[in-house]
Parts: sequence; structure tokens; C-alpha cells
Amino acid sequence: MKGTVRYRIRHETAYEYRNDVVHSHQLLHLVPRPTAYQQCLEHVINVTPAFYRKRNEIDTFGNLVTRVEFDHPHRKLEVATDMEVEVHPRPAVNASDSLPWERTAAELAYRGSDPARDSLEAAKFRHESPYVRIKTLFNDYAAECFTRGRPILSCAQALMSKLHTDFRYAPGETTIATPLTEVLKNRRGVCQDFSHLMIACLRARGLAARYVSGYIRQIPASPDALVGWGASHAWVAIFTPPFGWLELDPTNDVFVGTDHVSVAWGRDFGDVSPLRGIILGGGSHRLSVGVKVEAIQ
Amino acid sequence: LSEKPQVSVLASAVTPGWLAAYVPDARRYDELLDEKGLIRPHWQPLLDQLTGDDARTVARRGLERTRRLIVENGVTYNVYADPQGADRPWALDPVPLLLLADEWRAIEVGLAQRARLLDALLADIYGPQRLLSEGLVPPELVFGHPNFLWPCQGIVPRGGNWLHVYAADLARAPDGRWWVLADRTQAPSGAGYALENREIVEQVLPEAIRQLEVQRITGVFSELREQLLSHGDEGENPLAVILTPGPFNETYFEHAYLSRQLGVPLAEGTDLTVRDDTVYLKTLAGLKRVHTILRRLDDDFCDPLELRSDSTLGIPGLIGAVRANRVVMANALGTGVLESAAWLGFLPRIAERLLGEKLSVPSVATWWCGEKPALDYVLTHLDKLVIKPTYPNQRFEPVFGRNLEGEKRRRLVQRLRARPYAYVAQEHLALSQTPVWRPHGALGFAATPVAIRMYAVAGPSGTRVMPGGLARVAADTAIDVVSTQRGGGSKDIWVLPDSAQEAVAASTVRTPSAQVRHDDIPSRLVENLYWFGRYTVRCEDKARLLRGTIAARSDEAVWSAASKFCRELGVCSVDGDPTACLRDDRNPQGVTADVRRLAWCASQVRTRLSASYWRAVNDMQRRLQDSVAAREDPRTALDQLLLSLAALAGFAFDDMTQDEGWRLLRVGRRLERLQFAAGLLAQHLASEWATRQSHVEWLLEAYDSNRIYRSRYVVAPRLGPMLDLLVRDSEHPRALAFQARAIARDLETLATSLGITGEMGLDEAIPQLTDAKLNALEAEGTEAEQARRAMSDRLRALSWAAGQLSDRLSLRHFSHITLDAQALAT
Repeated sequence: MKGTVRYRIRHETAYEYRNDVVHSHQLLHLVPRPTAYQQCLEHVINVTPAFYRKRNEIDTFGNLVTRVEFDHPHRKLEVATDMEVEVHPRPAVNASDSLPWERTAAELAYRGSDPARDSLEAAKFRHESPYVRIKTLFNDYAAECFTRGRPILSCAQALMSKLHTDFRYAPGETTIATPLTEVLKNRRGVCQDFSHLMIACLRARGLAARYVSGYIRQIPASPDALVGWGASHAWVAIFTPPFGWLELDPTNDVFVGTDHVSVAWGRDFGDVSPLRGIILGGGSHRLSVGVKVEAIQ
Repeated sequence: LSEKPQVSVLASAVTPGWLAAYVPDARRYDELLDEKGLIRPHWQPLLDQLTGDDARTVARRGLERTRRLIVENGVTYNVYADPQGADRPWALDPVPLLLLADEWRAIEVGLAQRARLLDALLADIYGPQRLLSEGLVPPELVFGHPNFLWPCQGIVPRGGNWLHVYAADLARAPDGRWWVLADRTQAPSGAGYALENREIVEQVLPEAIRQLEVQRITGVFSELREQLLSHGDEGENPLAVILTPGPFNETYFEHAYLSRQLGVPLAEGTDLTVRDDTVYLKTLAGLKRVHTILRRLDDDFCDPLELRSDSTLGIPGLIGAVRANRVVMANALGTGVLESAAWLGFLPRIAERLLGEKLSVPSVATWWCGEKPALDYVLTHLDKLVIKPTYPNQRFEPVFGRNLEGEKRRRLVQRLRARPYAYVAQEHLALSQTPVWRPHGALGFAATPVAIRMYAVAGPSGTRVMPGGLARVAADTAIDVVSTQRGGGSKDIWVLPDSAQEAVAASTVRTPSAQVRHDDIPSRLVENLYWFGRYTVRCEDKARLLRGTIAARSDEAVWSAASKFCRELGVCSVDGDPTACLRDDRNPQGVTADVRRLAWCASQVRTRLSASYWRAVNDMQRRLQDSVAAREDPRTALDQLLLSLAALAGFAFDDMTQDEGWRLLRVGRRLERLQFAAGLLAQHLASEWATRQSHVEWLLEAYDSNRIYRSRYVVAPRLGPMLDLLVRDSEHPRALAFQARAIARDLETLATSLGITGEMGLDEAIPQLTDAKLNALEAEGTEAEQARRAMSDRLRALSWAAGQLSDRLSLRHFSHITLDAQALAT
């Protein structure tokens, strides 16, 4: 297909523990899920130390999840994924053709009759979730983007640009535990924070938005390099009738296209964290992450 | 109602004042009096008993007895808001709430139907979600609910039941009908309190309960137990546990109580572990598979791997085990999604759709504001309504609309308009009122609003509803809120029989007389028992040493040597004065700190201690604190402490089940004693005063062996005979040899009963000590001094070996480091 890009991606994660980890359960969201615009042609996950058990499953959001259990004392956990993914271009949409945002919200709300199938699916993503609390603060922040009768896609685009302008990309200054209210106050953060904040602004108005995790194309030498490579990336999908779900990247102020590879989506980061685990023992730990994304065609 | 003719009396006219304070309330249904103010016939027999000639005495005795039983049984309820986090005695009014058989039967039918309905609703929510796609259930109620557990979507619980224990809160409306106020689907509390209430009231009003042929409530618990233990795989002995958040939970007493009543071990999250999709209990003997978990832990805390990752109370990997159908959760994970007042308005249509039935017990009128017409109605009728949050994690206290004026009202309206789906409005139902004994021995009854919680259990033969339950009365007689957290009280509920036949049948059902199998005791519990044993002895040894030291103040030489020992053993801090060190609560090795640790361990093993034992521990700690605060002579405080510790030791031998936990408690005591004594003797032998009579005498005193020394040896205190007594005597319970042998025996018994290879005791160190020529140690000169040093080193080595043994026992029985590997290799 014209415009299709093929990527080779390597994603490495390593935990070094101060003491022995005696037992460990890990959940990995590391395999790109198939969508209308991408296929994962090949992937392999290498895990050390030797695991006791490994199993692939599909989670409630349709993502591919791998469960690994370790039962021998270890001080280091390394997970490396190599994959090849093909990404196709998406059709352009005209923002003014999308429904006004108020109507979109009204259609998603319960009206005592049977909902359309896709709005029922969208209804899963319009509520508070552990990392996205809903506050009037977010409503106020985004108010200027949601003028009366404005098509939802124009609103979303305006919100994305506003976030991009107002916030500084500042790796290391926030963690996943930093509350959104603080991010909003300090105006700094990383892709995770911007995505969560954008989702909060949308959900506060009764709209449906989900969190997408994935990778972004790496062009280190280029002056207009996209921010977010070297680690996994995150952005936002918005339910946009009549087009369905459209994806926007507030960190880079762009629509998601062939520069992005999605891995998984959920209500927020917690649903799709690349590695989530509970260990017994271990003491303090050091984490290192490396992501390499190469276009090979 | 009962047709039996009965002499009714006009309350105010006939009775000599015992209803004087009982004020009928026209807005409420009255449980005791009918519309004419006449006593309802089914109350008469009870009243006759309670209001005879000596009504005042009956009331006073009844209330006193109740209070005493509550204290004796240790019935408590933790109040989160209490700054001390203290347990509060459970509040129980012994006058029961009476229900006629046919009133109860209507509730029984209604509850069983609801249990069936809610089970079917859960099956749909976590399964095909047909009700959502048909528009009968708003997505907001499911997807917006914090206890809708996303990872549980698609799981069908083993055995097919979502709800194993279900409870409903009901209230009687002015029209005399019972209405459901709320459904409790997650981990309903209170059934244990209901059982405890019955046990107490049975002792306070034994004749009334027999004469009225009150239905028994224990049958339901037998059925629950049977059901919990019905999930073993072929050839396995099924094991069930009660999962508790721990001693700081508000209803911890109940968790422990149910554990005893059902004969099912009580476990915290850290007592359980998931390996290969199978849940295990960590026990002394190793990992034991768990088949059923009766949980008292909230949904989102149950598995930090897939739910709230900040939960330290849950079991990582639990959902995996549930998904693999390897464990039954009672109630199933995710059942908390139905705990929202918003559901009440939708249940009638859901009942028609899922069961093709009408609800036989209605719910109080409820409007979920997420629908526009409902919101409009609510905004125009605020004065008649109570506004509640839709979701349990919202920070919003229910408010009566009529109590809001001006700015407050405006703000509420604003909130409702901004997020209508997050609020529910309910009709304000005036609770019925019922008699309670007036407090402080005042004569007669007062009227107080009451609501009831009734329980249904999924038993082997289907749903069983408990003929009884928990009646809750408001703290403030004027308001319609019953809340244990806010200081309300409770009552027993008596369901009266409608025929003699039924009464006989009911009374044949026996209380489950189950005992927790002793090999199913969580190892954490035993670990705390073990440390409890060690700390009791540690406190005793240190207190004795300190008392002996203070007593020697007049003898400068002994005093300075003794003070040095105290400092070296950490009993007082490096620059501390032994007479003042009880006041020094910053010294981590001081007596005060050890008493605190002892009390903490006791709190962790409270389920294994009798109420009087537990009280003794608390009294001891309090007395020490008081005595220190009052700056009493430290010797008085220490004598008091030693006396309490002796009592604890006595309890430990007379009062506890002598199982492996108890055995390890004893090993803990013995290891501690041995380690301390060996260390002290080693120090003495290495000192320059080792052979001095006054010092030897002091040591015997500090070791509580003066009297036995005198009876055994005719000579004045001397080093040789003292060592003979304290090291190698095989009958003196403080001698090292005696202790070492006893430890070896205990470890052997333990190994046999657990079916494992035993731990090596201290066998190697002992002969070296007992073979030594003790009298040669008394001589003057370098040779004897060297011999004393050598002996001192051997004693030190013994003390060290005791510490090593303690560590090995911990690793093996408590942390499961070696056993884990074994368990997984099979």
C-alpha cells in the first residue's frame, strides 16, 4: 500500500534489585495489537532469568498481554522485545464534518433506550479511572476549546494545540504518581501526563477518550524530530462520531499517522503499562528502559 | 398478624411508668404499640417478663450483664475517625426487636429473590452485558463504578455463585411494610455480630428466649461452612480461609469471631501466596492449597497485580487463580459493583427481564440523577429527598434536602447539574421505632428509630435466609440514620414461631462446633506467638535484672558492676542510670520498649488469646505507663510488671490450645531465657568480680534462684555451685541444660507432628558446659582466670547458637524460604 511504513522495533527493560527477589508476577503489554492500520508481522519477547511460567492472553480491552511468573531468587530482570510492524496511512478526515461536541456527549449518555453498539463501547472510556480523576478544574482549563456547537474534532484539535503550547516537555520531573492537578499547575510533564490531562479534559465534558501506548518514529538527526523516542510513547484516542475513534498526540501536536505504532489501549496508563509486576523481596531497585524504532522500508 | 386473643392494655393507663418515657411518634410505625396506643399482642409475653414487680432490677441487671459479657468476650468495633484508633466496645441493647413469623417469611421470600436476582445481574454484567446493550442498565452504573473490576470481565466463578453471603438493609415504613434501603453484595458485615448478640442476649434473657420459642440462627452458619468447604478437587481435603484486612479494620472482631465459629482460619493477604494460578496458605508445615476464600477485603484491594497496585492487603496473582478456576471467592471479585443506591431504581425492570418476576419486597423510592427527567424531578422536590453519592469512592456525605438552605442548597444544585450521574436521590423514609431500655438504670423504655440488616447465604441446598439478623438503632432518637461508625447501637432480632412444630425443627439445628485444624494456622500468626513468647521472657529477664540492680544500690561495688551489666545488655542506655531507665522510652532495648513490642505481638495473635489474657496484656502495659508517669519507685513498677508477666506465663500454660503454635511460643520463651542467661553468665565470668560472694549472690537474685540455691547448697553463694545450678542442673527450670533439653524435645515433637525433619537443637554446645570442672573456676591465679574466660567463651557461643537457631526457625517456618522451593518442585 502506498505510504505504508515498516518498522523494526526493539524495546528493552531492565530492573536491578538490591536484594534477592524471591518470587515475582509480571504482566507485560509489549506486543502491538492488530488494528485496521497496522499489523505486527513478527515479535519475540526474551526474558531473563529463566521463568517458571509464561502465558499469552488477551485482556478486557483486547490488548495482548503476557504473564510471567518467576520462582527463583534473582537480582536482575531483563525483558527485551524485538518486533516488526507494518503501519498504513489513515484516510484524512474533515474536522468540520464531526458532530458538535455537546451532541456527542449527549449521545453517549444514558437515555433509557438501547444504545448504539459503538457508543456502548465508547461509554467504557468516559469515566474516572485510577489515573484520571475528573475535576471542574479541567473543565475550566479547556473551556476556550469547547465553544458552543463546535465540531468535536475541532475542539479536540484545539485542546491538543493548547496543551502543546502551554506545557513544557520535561522528562524526569514527574512520575506516574504525580497528580494531574499538579501537572496542570506546573505546566510540565511527559507524554503520559499530557495524555492523561487531555483525557481528563475530554471526560470532564462527558466525552469518551482512551489512552494509547506505543512507539514513535525515531529521527534523531532531523531538526523536527518528534519527541518521545528512546522510551515508549503515549497519546489519546477520541470517540468522534461519525468517524469513530481518532488518535491525537498532544506531546507533538499531531494527528497519529504512520509515525506511530500502537501497542495497547485502555482507560489510562494503569491498564496498559508495558511492565507491571509485584515482587516479593528485592529491596530498592534501579530501572533502565531503551527503545529503538527504525523504519526499514 | 396473629389471631390469638390477648389481653392488651393501654400503655399509659395501666403501667406504673415503665412506658412513661416511651413517646409514640405519629410519623413512624411503632413496633411496640398499635395505632390506638395498645401493646401489640406479640410483645406482651416479653414485656411481662421485663416489667414485673422488680422491673428496675431486671433492667439494671440486664444492662450490666450485657455490658460485662461484651467486655469479657472482647466484642469491639474500631472507629476510623477515632484519633487513637481505639477499639470501642460493641453497643448492644438487650431488648430484642420482635418479628412475627409471617412478617419474617415475607422478608425471607424477598431476600431470597433478591439474592437470585443480583446473582443473575452480576452474571450479565461480567458476562454478555445484555442489559447494557438493551438499555435496561445505564453504562454509567457499571463502567463508572470503581468496583466494576475490568480484569474480571468474562470470568464465570467456579460453582456458579457470585454471592455467597448477601445482606439487605431494610426499614419499616409508616404503612407497616418493610422496604429495602440498600443491598450489601461485596463482603457484608454484621452476621457475626448478630450471632454474638444472640449469644449474649441468650444469657441475659434465657427464659424469655425459651418461652417465646425464638428461632435459632446458627443453622445458616453451618450451611455457609458446608458450602465453603465444598470446593475441593478430587481427593483433596478442601481448605477455606477468611481473608481479613487485619486488626485495624472496623469489623476485625467479627472476622476473628467468624473464624472461630466456622472453624476456618483467619488469614491476611501476606499469609497467602499464588503460585502457578493456585492459592496457598503459608503454614508452619509449608504451603497448603486454599480452595475457598471468604473475603472481608474490598474488591479493588484484592490483587495488586491487576487491581490497585498500591494495595498491600491483597494477594498478587489472585485474579489469575480465579480465572483459572482454581479458587472460589466468596463473594466473587467485582460483586461490589452492585453497591450503589442508583441500582434500586432499575431493579424492578431488571427483575422482570431476568427472572420474569416482580420484586416481592420493594426498594425505597430512588431516582438516579443521570436521567434528565429524574434530575428535573429531584431538583423540584429536594425537600422530600435524601441526596446520596452514586459511587462509594465519592467524597460526599448523604444530605437531607430539607436541611439545606441558601448557599448550601445552591451549591448542591450546582453539583447535581455538573455531574448528575454521580448522584442519587431517595425518598426520606421515616424509620419505625422500637423500645430500648433507658440507660443508667432509669425505669422503663425509650423509643428509638430502628433499621435491620438481614442475611442470605448460598448453602448446599440453595439460598437460606437467617431467621434473625442485626437491628441497628440510631444514636440520636430524632434522626433516621443508623450507623455503627457514628455511634449507633445494635439489637438482636427475634423471629417468633408460628407453630410448635417449626420451633422443634429449628432447635435441632446445632451450632457448628468446628475447630480450625491446627496445621492450617497461618505461619505469620505462629511467628507472632513465637515472638510473643520471646518478649514475655525478655521483659521478665530485663525487669528482674533491673530490679536486682536497683536493690543493690547500697553496695557500691555490686551496684557499679550490676549497672555495667545493665548498660552492656542494653537495659539502660550507655550513659543511663538504672533507677531512671524505665522513664527512658527512647532506648530501643529498654524494658518499656520491649513491653510495647510484647503488646504489639499480642495484638497480632489476639484471635488465639482468651479475652482475659488479652486484657491482662493491656492492663500490664497501662499499669507500667501509669506507674512511670506517676514517678513511683521503679521497684514498685518492676514488681508489678514481674507479677503481670508471671500471670501471663501461667495463662500461656493453662489457657491455650496446646498445638504447634503454642509449642513454638514455648520454644520462643525457652530460647530467649537461654540466650539471655548464657549471655549474662558469660559476662559475669569474664569480669574481675567473678568469684566475689556479694556479686554471685546478686546474680542469683537477679536470676530468681536465691531460694533454690539455699535449699540445694549449704554453702554461702559461691561461683562453682552457682554455675552448677544455673548451667547444668537438669531440674531447675532456669538452668541452661534444662532449657536446652526442653527445646530439643519441643522441636522433636514439632517435627513429628508436622511430618518434617527436625531442626538441630543446641546439642553440641551443652556437653562442653556440663563437662567443665566448675570448682576449678573458683580459684585464684591466672590458670583459673583463663579457665573462667574459656567458660565465658563457651557460654557466649551457646548464646550465639541460640540466636542462630532462632533465625533458622524463622526462615523455615515463617518465611518459607526453603519450603517454597520444595513446594514448587512437586
